[in-house]
Amino acid sequence: MIDIIQSFFRDLAETYPKWNFIFFYEPAQWERVVSGLYVTIKLSVVCVILSVIIGIAGAWAQGSPSRIIRWVVQSYIQFFRNTPPLIQLLFFYFALGQFTPTVTGPDGWTEQPIISNVGWAIISLSFFAGAFNVEIFRSGIEAVPNSTLEAAESLGFTRAQTYTNVTFPLALRVSLPALNNNLINLVKTTTQAIAIAVPELLYEMVSIWNDYSSAQNAAMTVLFFTYIALVGILAFGMHKWEKRLLVPGFGKAS
Amino acid sequence: MPASTTTEQTWTQDQPIVSIKDVRKSFGTFEVLKGVSMDIMKGEVICIIGPSGSGKSTLIRCINALNDIQAGSITIEGQEVHDADLDKLALRKKVGMVFQQYNLFPHKTALENVMMAPLKVLKQPKEEVEKRARTLIKKVRLEGKENSYPGELSGGQQQRVAIARSLAMDPDVMLFDEVTAALDPETVKEVLLTIKELAADGMTCILVTHEMAFAREVADQIYFTDKGVIVEHGAPDVFFENASDPRTKEFLGQIL
Repeated sequence: MIDIIQSFFRDLAETYPKWNFIFFYEPAQWERVVSGLYVTIKLSVVCVILSVIIGIAGAWAQGSPSRIIRWVVQSYIQFFRNTPPLIQLLFFYFALGQFTPTVTGPDGWTEQPIISNVGWAIISLSFFAGAFNVEIFRSGIEAVPNSTLEAAESLGFTRAQTYTNVTFPLALRVSLPALNNNLINLVKTTTQAIAIAVPELLYEMVSIWNDYSSAQNAAMTVLFFTYIALVGILAFGMHKWEKRLLVPGFGKAS
Repeated sequence: MPASTTTEQTWTQDQPIVSIKDVRKSFGTFEVLKGVSMDIMKGEVICIIGPSGSGKSTLIRCINALNDIQAGSITIEGQEVHDADLDKLALRKKVGMVFQQYNLFPHKTALENVMMAPLKVLKQPKEEVEKRARTLIKKVRLEGKENSYPGELSGGQQQRVAIARSLAMDPDVMLFDEVTAALDPETVKEVLLTIKELAADGMTCILVTHEMAFAREVADQIYFTDKGVIVEHGAPDVFFENASDPRTKEFLGQIL
């Protein structure tokens, strides 16, 4: 089976030199694609989880009685929402990266920063998407009727019990469609990590077509379809979740 | 009020279970309650009637501390409600409240709505809570609707779930804030029947209502409020037949 595929793409590249899917018949190039895809998936999963945590925590902090905490959250949102994510990434890596301590690498003589380029990409992308998530969850929280919370209060629920049992489950249902959009954007934005040489899928693909210029069209085609598939899986999962949380008479009519 | 714990111990059933004295309440500069007093004995059913904006709902919201008060005192079983040191949970356990808009938790089934507070607030064991919740659902005549979500129930059914939800905390006093005002006429009856049965069981009930026929039938005392004061009160027969104050007469003339 693999032989058939490999010889098909080798023939294709010979017949149409501009369509050289080299990674489909040369194992060394295939491995680069696979390792890039693995980094992209890892980056996406970690950033999605962290950004959702930041969103929930931020939305909770926005309801804080302390003006200082609310101001900090607001400044964070304004900064990350109103500046380009690529500049944020470069700033984190090149500016803040200078000030982080270094450790001696496993080889015993190189000095390596404790936060790697992958680490900075995760931090930067999570905070970027997290800023939007705070606003998304906040709008969900504000959509929960005050009277419902009052009912919880009259039943003896504390503020925290009301938040976990009533406010959050209802806010989540309102927030999911917007959250879905933002997380899809986040997965696509992970490609920007190429700017600080994170070896994710785009980075590996560009490397391949730098080595084999005939592979450029092929690599771009594969990139498009891979992201359609990745985002498709995420959107499908989110949609399933949305459906599972759907309750009659709340939000979308069943 | 350091004496609150001792007064609670000394409270006996021949004293008022709810005692309201000279309560004043303002929203900003607008004074809604201008010195309201009433005493309610255990097992009594009280109906508060009056034109809208007269402070009826505010008064009953003050009884379980959903609103604070500026002056006066409200005690339940001898315990001051508006005491800063008050254990709110102890109060909420004594006082159940049912709202005009039901305010059920839309993401929970009828049974889960009833179970939630005993489970999460009182941390009672699940089997016991579920058994009691099923009994309560039966009591409000919603057997078979245990697994329905609020969105699948009619207004009257939702309101009865809300009553069962309050009863699950085993309160000594029930507050009903215009609980039939949002319902269509057929379902009003079911809800009123539930409240009537509750009253017959000896539950102390304080109702804000516009259902005059119902008030007349179930109430031990009717209070008429207007512009933040209690204009007059009395047993239903006396109140409806021989209202003395001209404001009461005018109000009754408009609605009867």
